[in-house]
Amino acid sequence: MARALLNVPAKAKRGEVIAIKTLISHEMETGFRHSTTGVPVPRNIITSFVVNYNKEEIFRAVLFPAIAANPFITFYTVATESGTIAFEWTGDNGFSATESATITVE
Amino acid sequence: MKLAMTMPEFVRSGVLFTVLCIMMTHSAVAEIPLAERRSGYDLLSRETRAMQDDDTANPGMLWVLDGETLWRAKDGTAEKACAECHGDARESMRGVAARYPAFDPARGRPVTLEQRINICRSERQKAPPFAYESKDLLSLTAYVARQSRGMPIESAADERLKSFVDAGRALFTRRQGQLNLTCAQCHDDNWNQKLAGNSLTQAHPTGYPLYRLEWQTVGSLQRRVRNCLIGMRAEPYAYGSPEYVALETYLMWRARGLPVETPAVRP
Repeated sequence: MARALLNVPAKAKRGEVIAIKTLISHEMETGFRHSTTGVPVPRNIITSFVVNYNKEEIFRAVLFPAIAANPFITFYTVATESGTIAFEWTGDNGFSATESATITVE
Repeated sequence: MKLAMTMPEFVRSGVLFTVLCIMMTHSAVAEIPLAERRSGYDLLSRETRAMQDDDTANPGMLWVLDGETLWRAKDGTAEKACAECHGDARESMRGVAARYPAFDPARGRPVTLEQRINICRSERQKAPPFAYESKDLLSLTAYVARQSRGMPIESAADERLKSFVDAGRALFTRRQGQLNLTCAQCHDDNWNQKLAGNSLTQAHPTGYPLYRLEWQTVGSLQRRVRNCLIGMRAEPYAYGSPEYVALETYLMWRARGLPVETPAVRP
């Protein structure tokens, strides 16, 4: 069960630059560590983060083992029209999480 | 090249040595006066403070949300959820964390919030207790403690806790470990100094369980104290031991009046 927290403004003016903040719970195990008995701990990270604004891709990030646990990703975009912003995280071991937020542009 | 790579280590040990020298030569200063006490929050960088203040950027809130789910989930052979007895946590748990560790008359000793949750689990829910530092126990504790955010700490106001506060103070001011240090040498006498680049802080447990960036997870006060004990090269106590509870009781008494920050973020 992955928890995600979103911070998307509910309302914005057309053409306004808005900040979008996302936080997801994930251990981001690097794959470089060993257990106390010397067995390598397999890599388990989020590898990709994609954001679609009304089905149009506006942001994409590729994640690597150096990224800390519970990745916090924030970016800016221009509020063009009312609609849905959909977030998707995918990763190792079939990890997948989706969230969405609605925005009203006036 | 090799010399350049070893420099930071060399500098760091130099800093540590200097700090230790200061501590050895300083005679013990008394407890910090009430008006001069500062939460570790005041010593944070601007970025870390912003992270703690924004509930959508504070990773501790992920645990709080998990705790809310656990609060409503039926568990144990009694098939009961916390919410069935206690109702809405936002009402019933308001101010509770500010009073813990609290004296338990049945046991004749103080119990921490984590211990209280586990007592409730085994006695009311008839469920196995959560392990110390398990995600479930930390989540539920963080959720309960979150309801006291902003309220002044008032635990240890109870007269019956006096002897436990004194026992905690004795541990706090006792020299221990291979470095032969006391907690008070850092946290009472040198709290405004740095140790290897980090603020020493006054050690007020205002925001536990808290998200520590170094841990990349939420941890309890006992885990944090364990961390300090290992740094002093002393033998850490077992989780839930009377020593930790006494220390926790003393630290909360020391922090009396400061607002609860749970879930706090610390470097």
